[in-house]
Amino acid sequence: MGGAAGLKKQFESVLGGGALEWRVRPAPELVPSGVPEVDGATGGLPRGCLTEIFGTASSGRTSLLVAILAEAAARQEVCALVDAEDAFDPVSAAAAGVRFDRLLWVRCGHSAEYALKAADLLLQGGGFGLVAMDLGDTPPEMARRISLASWFRLRRAVEHTPTVLLTVARRPNAKTCATVMLECARKGVEWGGHPLLSLLRGMRIQVSGTDDRFLSSVSSVSLSLQE
Amino acid sequence: MFACLYGTGNLAALALEFSPVVERTAPDTVTLDASGLDRLFGLPQDVAAAIARRAAETGVRANLALASNPDAAICAARGFAGTGIVPYGDEAKFLGDLPLALLDPTPELRETLERWGIRRFRDLAALPPLGIAERLGPEGLRLRELARGEVQRKLALLEDPPRFEDAVELDYPVDLLDPLSFLLARLLNGLCTRLATRALATDELRLRLRLEGRAPHERTLRLPVPALDPKAFLKLLQLDLAAHPPTAPVVHVWMGMNPVKPRFAQGGLFIPAAPEPVKLELTLARIKAIVGEDRVGSPELIDTHRPDAFRIRAIQGQTDLFTRRKSDALGQIRLSLAFRIFRPPRAARVAVTSGRPGFVAAEGIRGKVLDLAGPWRTSGDWWTSDPWSRDEWDIALSDGAVYRLYCEPKGWFVEGSYD
Repeated sequence: MGGAAGLKKQFESVLGGGALEWRVRPAPELVPSGVPEVDGATGGLPRGCLTEIFGTASSGRTSLLVAILAEAAARQEVCALVDAEDAFDPVSAAAAGVRFDRLLWVRCGHSAEYALKAADLLLQGGGFGLVAMDLGDTPPEMARRISLASWFRLRRAVEHTPTVLLTVARRPNAKTCATVMLECARKGVEWGGHPLLSLLRGMRIQVSGTDDRFLSSVSSVSLSLQE
Repeated sequence: MFACLYGTGNLAALALEFSPVVERTAPDTVTLDASGLDRLFGLPQDVAAAIARRAAETGVRANLALASNPDAAICAARGFAGTGIVPYGDEAKFLGDLPLALLDPTPELRETLERWGIRRFRDLAALPPLGIAERLGPEGLRLRELARGEVQRKLALLEDPPRFEDAVELDYPVDLLDPLSFLLARLLNGLCTRLATRALATDELRLRLRLEGRAPHERTLRLPVPALDPKAFLKLLQLDLAAHPPTAPVVHVWMGMNPVKPRFAQGGLFIPAAPEPVKLELTLARIKAIVGEDRVGSPELIDTHRPDAFRIRAIQGQTDLFTRRKSDALGQIRLSLAFRIFRPPRAARVAVTSGRPGFVAAEGIRGKVLDLAGPWRTSGDWWTSDPWSRDEWDIALSDGAVYRLYCEPKGWFVEGSYD
């Protein structure tokens, strides 16, 4: 910080003008995620930024992704889902209210590299309200191989655009490139019905949000997912 | 010298056989510039005979007249049956007997002339121009000049319907895409310029490559909306040819574009932006080149109970992404448990205890069954050659995840996980 302050003073003395002001990046526009509890905790999803959702299998990350897709489609925005592992289930997504006529589904055939390329092309093309990259079933060791430069490239591509870039993975990969990180964790599975013939009723999950502007602040909400 | 054909049949085609300067005066009248035909056929009588002979051969039944100006020829063709030649300088005398109705005057003018007793060309031609101008105005003067056969004008040319096609014959076969791209760019630029000069766009590009010793290689690109962007078209063609390369060196390139009116759309201040159609087409082409042709599109559910039944609907050609409906905001959104599918399903080894799965092991999955629900027995399509039948369980494994397990005649499989 001292170095930055010194540099600032040096510039001011060379330029001979008044005090220079650091350029403040305007706060990104926030859009609702479709889950009021998550919006209440995080404020919403920022446009022009990368939001990362991560969690283990059956932690509710896909349910959150599907709710975000449904909300974006309801806002009349065109959405793109880049599906690295070909894991998207149209039946459960339709039940959650996702409108398929506003959804572009790119099936990458079990290749994270293809997913990165496709997401980059979609962001460069522009016009999408939401671009989601699903690496949820990609093995963590493979997802970790994605270089930080690739994440920076995606972050730069989405910057200054009205697009919400979203990634879903088992573990956080984008590191400082992500503006908001939402960690999903399963709290329990709800079974119902007769003791001899039980039914899967749903799942209780916890979503913890971390904002890069306030790295220490973590907000958690509990959600109940019904099948 | 001008000739006029008045009758039935393909008059324009007949006229175009003799002259490139042809006017479709009316549906039953065609006028052509016959200047120069005398060098081919001789006297005007010979020219008229040649045209009449060709008319008989092609089945055209028409009166034919030749005159020094188009309107005299038209009046003569409409007024006299058969073939006539209006002598130069004597047009007024030749046309004098024709009724004034041939000039198609306005009803008011016709009534006035009728009251004056003017019924034939000769009567009108004899009237003084100053008096006509004072009493009947410019229209009366125009009719008088027509009646005297003195009107000189140029023909309004009949044009072929514009065809936006171009071709290039190569001096030597081209077997690489890069040099071919230069040729494609040249053709595209020319065709797009021609379309732009007529305020048109295109929604379909057709490319035909004649190959060395092989059948022609044809590709057709259909655009979701009309566009006119040669750079985008070139990129689309390059991506398409990279995905579907010709099987032999190219010796001839033909390109055609379907002319349509351009699309104008007014964006709304409060309407979310959508991808620009041509740009989206280009983006999709690039993504298809990476992931495969049939792996990009909008999902569409199929009306069946068969598990994981859906189809991918191509974005190309449909305009769903670019149209907005009033019902868009009415979708019911609810937070519900989503499912992740393993494609293909993972074959599993299952230890069954008391008729229920007790331990499951599959690729990346291994654990003791802690809770389960099922079995749910489903079957269908037994009346077809591709029936399905399965028993499903929802299982919570000791690895912490909840899966859907099913058993079918082929064995046990893990279909996916609830997430």
